[in-house]
Amino acid sequence: MTDKRTENLATRRDILASAGSLVGGGLVSGLGLATISVAQAQVQSTPAAMALAIRKIAGEATVTPGKVKLDLPPLSENGNSVSLTVSVDSPMTPANHVKAIHVVTEKNPQPYVISVRLGPRAGQANISTRMRLSDTQIVVAIAEMSDGSFWSDTRTVIVTLGACLEDLI
Amino acid sequence: MARALINVPAKAKRGEIITIKTLISHVMETGFRHNQIGVKIPRDIITSFACTYNGEEIFQADLYPAITANPFIAFTTIATESGTIAFTWRGDNGFSVAESVNITIE
Repeated sequence: MTDKRTENLATRRDILASAGSLVGGGLVSGLGLATISVAQAQVQSTPAAMALAIRKIAGEATVTPGKVKLDLPPLSENGNSVSLTVSVDSPMTPANHVKAIHVVTEKNPQPYVISVRLGPRAGQANISTRMRLSDTQIVVAIAEMSDGSFWSDTRTVIVTLGACLEDLI
Repeated sequence: MARALINVPAKAKRGEIITIKTLISHVMETGFRHNQIGVKIPRDIITSFACTYNGEEIFQADLYPAITANPFIAFTTIATESGTIAFTWRGDNGFSVAESVNITIE
């Protein structure tokens, strides 16, 4: 978490510096802040924390995009509750089924969201839940198949009001 | 005792894929927030959820602070036999709730 925060700060500083060199003067801080979330989503495609989390889930195996479908609203007004559905294209037979589904995020204080274990008894690989998002960011769903392969799907969610940041009343 | 809502069809055909929806009341305090005087609010979340069908585990989930307050989880299973579908939620500070519903296979 600390590492991630330092990294974010560094990026923010870089952006502010570049904005400063372009515009200069009093406009800088306002302009810089407004562009931060958009710029970060584009610049930090895979921050270290999420990459590490994916490594811990998949180990040495390669994670291939495909087979998984992650359903998320492209824009969320309230980061405190974002519904998500993960479905995986699998026959769900004892020989070929989804063993686990993991969801990780890029910029939440912790990358993990949920880890689910299922099996052929599920009939189909389809789960839904609701998550918190602290900022506009990338969400990745990873499916572990019974043959040991890993598949993923990635979605970007724009969050207007992030979770975790509100003041307690 | 936390209140849990469970939605399972009362009757199903043998071999039918049924959807199970669960919702439980819980604050899911992340442990990342501070109160007005700057003191960190300790983490208080549900860490695991499990579902068994006639004693056999069919679904298990590990939850993290990124799950919303009042966690909602929906998943599917194949209706095999008439019997009991049991649910357990466990979490920080000894939180533990067990619920069960009956299902009839036609």
